[in-house]
Amino acid sequence: MGNFGSFIKKETLHILRDRRTMLVVLLIPVVLMTLFGFAISTEINNIDVAVVAPHRTESVRQAVERMASNPYCTFKGYIPSDEIDRVLRRGEASAVAVFAADYDRIAAMPAPAEPAVQLIFDASNTNTAMSGAAYLQSILTGASAQASPVEMRLLYNPQMRSAYNFVPGIMGMIFILICALMTSVSIVREKENGTMEVLLVSPVRPMRIVLAKLVPYFMLSCINLATILLLAAYALDVPLSGSAGAIIAVSLLYLVLALALGLLISTLAEKQIVALIISAMLLMMPIVMLSGMLFPVENMPAVLQAISYIVPARWYIEAIRKLMIEGLPFAAVWREVLILLAMTVVFIVVSVKKFNDKLE
Amino acid sequence: MDARYAIEIDGLTKRYGSMTALDRVSFRVERGELFGLIGPDGAGKTTLFRLLTTLMNPDEGTAAVDGLDCVASYRQIRSRVGYMPGRFSLYADLSVEENLAFFAALFGVRVADNYDLIAPIYRQIEPFRTRRAGKLSGGMKQKLALCCALIHRPSVLFLDEPTTGVDAVSRSEFWDMLAELKAKEISILVSTPYMDEADRCDRIALINEGHLLAVDSPRGIVSAYGERIYTLSGGDMYALLLAARRLPHVRRCCPFGAAHHLSVDADFDAAACRRQLADEGFADVALQPAESGIEDVFIKLMNHE
Repeated sequence: MGNFGSFIKKETLHILRDRRTMLVVLLIPVVLMTLFGFAISTEINNIDVAVVAPHRTESVRQAVERMASNPYCTFKGYIPSDEIDRVLRRGEASAVAVFAADYDRIAAMPAPAEPAVQLIFDASNTNTAMSGAAYLQSILTGASAQASPVEMRLLYNPQMRSAYNFVPGIMGMIFILICALMTSVSIVREKENGTMEVLLVSPVRPMRIVLAKLVPYFMLSCINLATILLLAAYALDVPLSGSAGAIIAVSLLYLVLALALGLLISTLAEKQIVALIISAMLLMMPIVMLSGMLFPVENMPAVLQAISYIVPARWYIEAIRKLMIEGLPFAAVWREVLILLAMTVVFIVVSVKKFNDKLE
Repeated sequence: MDARYAIEIDGLTKRYGSMTALDRVSFRVERGELFGLIGPDGAGKTTLFRLLTTLMNPDEGTAAVDGLDCVASYRQIRSRVGYMPGRFSLYADLSVEENLAFFAALFGVRVADNYDLIAPIYRQIEPFRTRRAGKLSGGMKQKLALCCALIHRPSVLFLDEPTTGVDAVSRSEFWDMLAELKAKEISILVSTPYMDEADRCDRIALINEGHLLAVDSPRGIVSAYGERIYTLSGGDMYALLLAARRLPHVRRCCPFGAAHHLSVDADFDAAACRRQLADEGFADVALQPAESGIEDVFIKLMNHE
């Protein structure tokens, strides 16, 4: 009984008529991608390096040349050693490489007893200093393989470009935002406006009406998925090295999960504001803090790590990183996919069980 | 359950926590009857509607709609009744025709199938069919809501305060429409806080604070409970009200719009009272015998409770 198509049409009209909300939803991914991509950046864009070299021998010049020719470094010239502090303070350089007086001798030693190069960094921005230092070190170590006992190579993302890190994070966040938050608010709106009362007094199982609600939001999220992937690939040069099919498949699963979560919230909340608060506090906060989007899960205290296991975004972001950045095949993320699938099933079962077709 | 009745209620009780919203309410609505539920805000009218439309379960007692038990057969009832809640419950962002089409789809019918039933009502709002429902006037909203509640040709129609917040002309039109529906053998339970609308019903139930006060035809109720009534007006109405309450043989005096209603016993002497009021300084007061109305009965029954 009832015409599923006309329910979907009705929901689509609701969304289309609310122009402002629709615009916000379509623009959020663009804004976030631009913001994280260009403004909030921890990646190494440009390290201004000054060099202190008491003896400019051939091997020193070679090392400096390698730094200067690197697209992420700018060679600011040789300075005397008493200028280091002034240059850093005035911001003429963000790093100074100090070559030892007997650089050639130390660099030639199989196991150097003392450092051949000292890197002095302006660490007023800890993020750029840490990543810059590591990057500069990797350039210099390349100069002579034996110069350091520890060799460091940054695989998959050698420039430590933050886009690689935040694109999966943004995807994990946006889909929860749109699917879970917007669907739950739209279902609860029917309760608050009293229309749910009329819908219940009809032969249609209310679950069908609610499921019809999810369809347009699913489509809206698919548009967002396309926007994000296109922006990532063409504007931010994220390699999307894994198969695009696998990335899309995992994302679609995550969309369904987010919709199921929205459904669950809507069965618990009676007022739109409550649905909003639940979505914002119980979903957004853990996603931002615990999903590994901003802070690595491995660095968290054990308790928070344990909590992060139940944050769906954590598994999604992990899977997308593997697929997108490491370029692993779909088979490499089966564990994440299974966990997401299990969570989806649980959300759907619980919300169907909890869905009340009475008013009390 | 007796299928001869559109609605059959027996000892229905509903509590919200410690508050009893409905207390052992019993009555029957015949098929094809226009039955009015008259009572002030908070009387329990909406609770009764929610019990009968199966949105809530009663704590005690039984209720049947169209011969079906409200608890056991609630799914069947939901496809047979039309329900118009007290609050405007259509989609404000959808147009008139989109709302109607959606509610038709909800009940698995096409608008054309039952157009004859809603035509007299829908024709009045058809010129605005592309307008958003939220932009309609109060009277037009009610007409659209009624169309949406009727589109599946229900056997019993539940209208919870359909005329609240609607202007006097639209109210009168609305009752005309209900009379037409009754002629098409749809049983109607309608609630209203307006006592003057009671006369438009076949039978009415007076309800207050969850208790049923009386059930009968409007005329039957007045003749069973009516008293001698005088209207009193003129000058300082509030002072007059206080003075009238001190008059001999006056049981009750209540403000009633433009005039006070005095309910009096057999020994009441109108001429003596006019003199007494004139002595107290009330010039030009009009004291006239009047017909007892539903509202007089309601106040009497309410005070006896």
